[in-house]
Order: sequence, then C-alpha cells, then structure tokens
Amino acid sequence: MRRSGHRSRAFPTALTDPLLTYLRLSMCGIAGFRHSDERVADTQLLDNMIGMLRHRGPDGVGVYADRGIGLAHARLSIIDVQGGSQPMHNEDGSLWITFNGEIFNYLELREDLIRRGHRFYTHSDTEVVLHLYEEQGEDCVRHFNGQWAFALWDKRDRKLFLSRDRLGVRPLFYTLQRGTLIFGSEVKALFAYPGIQRELDLAGLDQIFTFWFTLPPRTIFKNISELPPAHSLVFKDGKLDLRRHWQVDFSIETSRRESQLIEQLDSLLLDATRIRLRSDVPVGAYLSGGLDSTIITALINSFTDARLRTFSIAFAAEELDESAFQNQAISFLNTDHKQITCGYRDIADAFPNVIWHMEKPVIRAAPAPMYLLSKLVRENSYKVVLTGEGADEVFGGYDIYKEAKIRRFWAQQLDSRLRPRLLRRLYPYQQNLQRQPDTYLQSFFRVGRNDLSDPLFSHLPRWQLTARAKLFFSEDTRASLLKHDALLDLVQQLPDAYMSWPSFGQAQYLETAFLLPGYILSSQGDRPAMAHAVEARHPFLDYRVVEFGAKLPPNLKMKVLNEKYIVKRAFGHRLPADIVRRPKQPYRAPDGHSFFAEHTPDYVNDLLAPNNIRDAGIFDALTVMNLVEKFRSDNALGVKDNMALLGILSTQLVVDQFIDHFPQGGGPCATSRKTYAIS
Amino acid sequence: MRHIKEDLRDFVIKNFLYGRENGFSDRDSFLEMGIIDSTGMLELVGFLEKTYGIEVGDADLIPQNLDSIEQLAEFVRRKLLQVMVTAGVELEKQIA
Repeated sequence: MRRSGHRSRAFPTALTDPLLTYLRLSMCGIAGFRHSDERVADTQLLDNMIGMLRHRGPDGVGVYADRGIGLAHARLSIIDVQGGSQPMHNEDGSLWITFNGEIFNYLELREDLIRRGHRFYTHSDTEVVLHLYEEQGEDCVRHFNGQWAFALWDKRDRKLFLSRDRLGVRPLFYTLQRGTLIFGSEVKALFAYPGIQRELDLAGLDQIFTFWFTLPPRTIFKNISELPPAHSLVFKDGKLDLRRHWQVDFSIETSRRESQLIEQLDSLLLDATRIRLRSDVPVGAYLSGGLDSTIITALINSFTDARLRTFSIAFAAEELDESAFQNQAISFLNTDHKQITCGYRDIADAFPNVIWHMEKPVIRAAPAPMYLLSKLVRENSYKVVLTGEGADEVFGGYDIYKEAKIRRFWAQQLDSRLRPRLLRRLYPYQQNLQRQPDTYLQSFFRVGRNDLSDPLFSHLPRWQLTARAKLFFSEDTRASLLKHDALLDLVQQLPDAYMSWPSFGQAQYLETAFLLPGYILSSQGDRPAMAHAVEARHPFLDYRVVEFGAKLPPNLKMKVLNEKYIVKRAFGHRLPADIVRRPKQPYRAPDGHSFFAEHTPDYVNDLLAPNNIRDAGIFDALTVMNLVEKFRSDNALGVKDNMALLGILSTQLVVDQFIDHFPQGGGPCATSRKTYAIS
Repeated sequence: MRHIKEDLRDFVIKNFLYGRENGFSDRDSFLEMGIIDSTGMLELVGFLEKTYGIEVGDADLIPQNLDSIEQLAEFVRRKLLQVMVTAGVELEKQIA
C-alpha cells in the first residue's frame, strides 16, 4: 500500500535530499558541571566524567572548559560532517551547549530562524537549539518536536539551563554538591566526579518494589536526582529552579466525527514517522509482530522503495515467542529481517551488563533481551531504529486498562457470577487465574464499591502484588522505611486536573507519565539501546500524536474490550489481517528461571549467598535463602517469587557495581578529544 | 490433627513467607494478610494433593476451605475422612 503525495525514496538516505538530510546524529552522552565560583573547569575531570559514557558515543569527545563551567560530550560520528562537533556555540560564543537527542522538526525551525536573520555555521539540529534560545530563552523547548536532554550555558547571564523532552526518552541526572551542580546522561558520569557520595536510597528502592520505577526527581541513589520528563532546570546564583514545560491533558475535547478523527490520526502518525526518518544513516525498525511495530514498519515502507531492515527477538520459550506473527509481518511488508533467539542462559549472562547500563534494580528480566536486540542492530551496522513504543500508553492498548474497565464493571454488581469471568479471559496466558474462584479474584483484583473513587484504582492490584516482594526486606530496611509511603508519594505528583479526567484517562496518565519514562523508555529503551550506541525513535510518542490520543473519547481507544480501536481502524488496511485481529500479547521474557533452569552463573551464587546478603544489609538472608532454594528445586511458580528474585539480584548487582566496586578515576577516555579553549 | 496443622503451617511459612513467620496465627486469613497470591493457591492445592493423597476439585476452591491454617486443617481432615469412608465402602463391597 503506498500513499499518494509522499515521496518514495531509497535507503540509505542521500545526503543531498533536502527533505530527509542533515539531522546530525546526536547519539551521545553529555556531562558537565557548574561551580559556585569562577574557577576554571578541570578538563581532566570532564574527561573522566564523559569517559563513563563512552558506550553512548564511542568515537570522540569534546569538552568546553571555562571559568566556572565545564561541558562535555561523547559523540558517535556517523559521517565526518563539518561542524558536527560538540559542545557547540552560537555566533558570538555567548551560548554553549552539549546536546543529546534529536529535534525532528529542526528543518522547519531553522528555515524560520534564517528568515528572521539568524546565521548558521552547521546543518545540525543542535545549532537550532542555540538560536531559538537566543530568541525565546527557556521557552524555546516548547517549539521542539523531539527527544532531547541538553545543558546550555548562557555565558552572559551566568546561567546553566538543563532540559529534558516531554515524554522522557532521553535521560538526564544531576546533583548539587557543595554548591556545584553536576549533571550527566547517566549516573555513572556523576559518580566520576570526586567526592560524590554513592549510597542507595532505600525510599527509591521501596518505590521500585512498588511501581517498578522511582518517582523523579528521586533515584535509587541518595542525593542524585533525575530531571523529570517535560521539565527544565535553571541553575543561577547557586539556586535551582525546576520548571515544567509540558503537561499531557486527558480531558476529552473533541466534537469531531469518528471518520475525521481516523483521518487525522493517519495524517499525524505518518508525519511523525516521516520526520523521524530524517537521518544521514540507514534507518531500521524493531518488528515484534505486534500491531504497533508493524504499523510503524508499514508507514516507513510508504516512504521508500528499498527493503527496510527490521529486527526482532525470538524466545526459546514457546509461550513467549512471537515469531509466527513476526514472519507474517516480514512476509507481508517484505522487510529484510534479522532475528536473535534468546534463551535462559543469554539472559543470565547478559544481566550484569544490563544492570550496569540501567543503573537501577528491576523486577523483570525483560530489559535483557532488549540489550541483546540492540547488539544485533549494531552488529548489522545500523544505528537508528524506529519502534512502536508508546501506542499502548496513548491509545489504550495495555491489559491494565481492560482490567480496570472490567473491575469497574464488576464493582457495579458485585454478586454477578459472569462479570469476574471477564478477568479470566483477559489473561489467558496466566493459567493459574483460570481456576481462581470469584472470591479470590475479587481479593486479588480488589473490587469493591468503595475502591472506585481511589485515584490509583486502575493500578492498585499490580502495585500491591509487586509490593509483596518487600517481604524480603531486612528488618533494618523496613525500619528505615517506616515513614515512607510510595503510593502517597505518587498521589502527590498527580496534576490538579487528574480527578476530573475520565477513569480511562487517569489510568493512561499513570502509564504515560510514570511507567513509560521510568521503566519502558529507560530500562527497556534508552539504556539497553545506548549500551550499543543505538538510537531508538518512537513515532507514537510524537507529542502531537500523544496530545491527540489523550483527548480522544475513551470508547475510541477501547471499544468495549477491543483495545486501540481507532489505531486498528486507521491503519488496519496496511497490515496482515491476523496481526490486526490477534489478541494483545504483552512483551515478556523468562524471569527468575533464567538464572536456574540451565545454569547458574557464579555471580548469582555469589551475590545471593547469605553472607553477601547480610553484608549488603538490604534484604533478609534467611528469606532470600528460602527463595533461592525454591528456584533451585524448581518449585518457584509465583509472580511474587519471580519479581522478588529479580529485584533482589538486581539490587545486589547495583550495590556491587555502583557502591562497592565502582571504577575509580572515571571511564576510559574516548579515542580523540576536542577541547575548546578558555575565553 | 495436630501434626496436619504443623505440616501445613511449616509449608505456608516456608513457601509463602520464605521462613519469616511474621507471627501469624492459625486463624489469620491468608487473603487479608496477603500471604498467598494468585499462584500461591495453586501451589497450596498441589501440596495438599501430593502430601495427603486427596483430590481438590474446583468446587473446593473457596476461602471457607483454604484461607487459614485452621480451615485448611479442617478441610484436609474432612477430605481424608471421605477417602477413608470411600475406601471402607469399597472394602465392604469386596468382602461381600
């Protein structure tokens, strides 16, 4: 299927094409600091910090050191492009920036700026940021359509401006230590700064053992903050000023007919895909065999005659494998496909590296196959992939939305025998649920009339189930958490308008504002991809698409129990019918059994040994020993067992890698460094 | 009866509380105390069937039978009695 009115083109993108070129890839890491005084920044220190991020940009390093300020940038050079180096400055050197990410609408912004008299010395999107900042100050970010994390030094105003994209695709962390603001794409860059305390934040751990993520600005490390998505931070005169620059709004605002909305969605997503193909290197795509990635693949195909390279994971465990659907999509869309098969052992062996890149505990093994997938991409010399990420959040695809809808339906007639059966149909892959009597289902899914007004209604069963893994916390950990309430922490971050939104929108907000950046885009997104210097781009997370989806009436997102209804209506004709019809299969990977089924790596035995559990002090040695024994004897069946094992093992790895044995002296320096002189 | 309760308690403590007794009593509700999750009930049923040679049908899967140590012990006692009665009837039939 090819749409008219769109250019057909071949990959790789030609550099001369005015439509799709000159977006210099900024797959990179950034780091730096702003002192409280005007002493000149130490370039060796900048080297050490950026050296920790070499995996994000292994080919070159640039640093800018001046009075009171140091900026560093690790870059992956794709093509030797004149002017692509960073940190970058404006015409008169009064603004300097270190930038990670992409501004996909930079061409349009650039043209507009040129019309208003701005002169550019590069073709990069980074320079557009500088010029738009000259005009609009911190509000410049409101005009960006992209995924970014950057630090901009305003020399005249003696002000450091940090910003992060709306949905939290690109990461940014900071800490204020003795008046110096230190920042970086990953926490490990901050830890390379001398004197930074490396200590676990147990309240952060408590949040992960509830939600799967920490609530920004909190992280798993004490005194290390994450710049929340859709926020900017201004640091001036020793003061931090955190500002939100965007907020998604789930209030319903449309009087358009369904057919008009379908047309609008088609047009929006097509454009979101088009601008994400702006690249000077070949672009590939992740193709899971699900609806969303198949749509994106089909849309990319509408812009090219060349065979698109696609990538996927297959699982040796049959119940998790989606190869059959992947093959249908590959055949239908005629892609050049590469697949990696992931077994238990692969996950167990990769896990320490995955945690090194994730920098936080995790209660699922799912990031590990994503790490192996990005490795496959890199081995095939691809550096950019488009994905279907975001569709489930924005258009109501997750089972949790259905679950909440059924629970509300059931709560209206609690003695109904038929209504709870819908819950059994919802999770056909959870065999144990099929035999549950209604009373048990009601208890697990917490259905009661009084529960309906709870702002967290949709997610309470999941979070309560996850929280059961806290049983393994040591007495000391429990004691230190007595005053913490993770649920209350989250409620306090809900926007004022939240309670006025439809319940469906509330559930979507919890996924979009919290789980998406805190887990999906980081632990399964940026981190495993950037571990191999692969950049993932997500058309469904174009802010125009997100704003459009948020304001749709819920019944267009989920028609009765048909998820992503409007997406299927808009794009179904481009896909194999089976993929449109197939029930949603969440991405899952083998969890605890990965570490015991085929072999148990030494590090697992070591980190879970009672003496090491006792030494770390976070978990209770006896209960962990019994849990491990349960896995060894193949008696561990429950979700709680699996979450607990992953949570404990990954926490022990975080302690081992980041607290006990963090490499001193910074990371290995990149092959070449460009230093900008002090003015 | 006493050793059934002890066996059941040991199983629940080891498998669902991982050795941490938490001071729960034989009358405490597994559901209310969050001791058993959705999979846990099936683990429990597997244990009952394997240890006591009883069959637990879908109709038996109600909290009145399975939600505390006391209820479990009573349930096992009733089931064992049923097994014995059935076996006795079979024996009588064979003798007759």
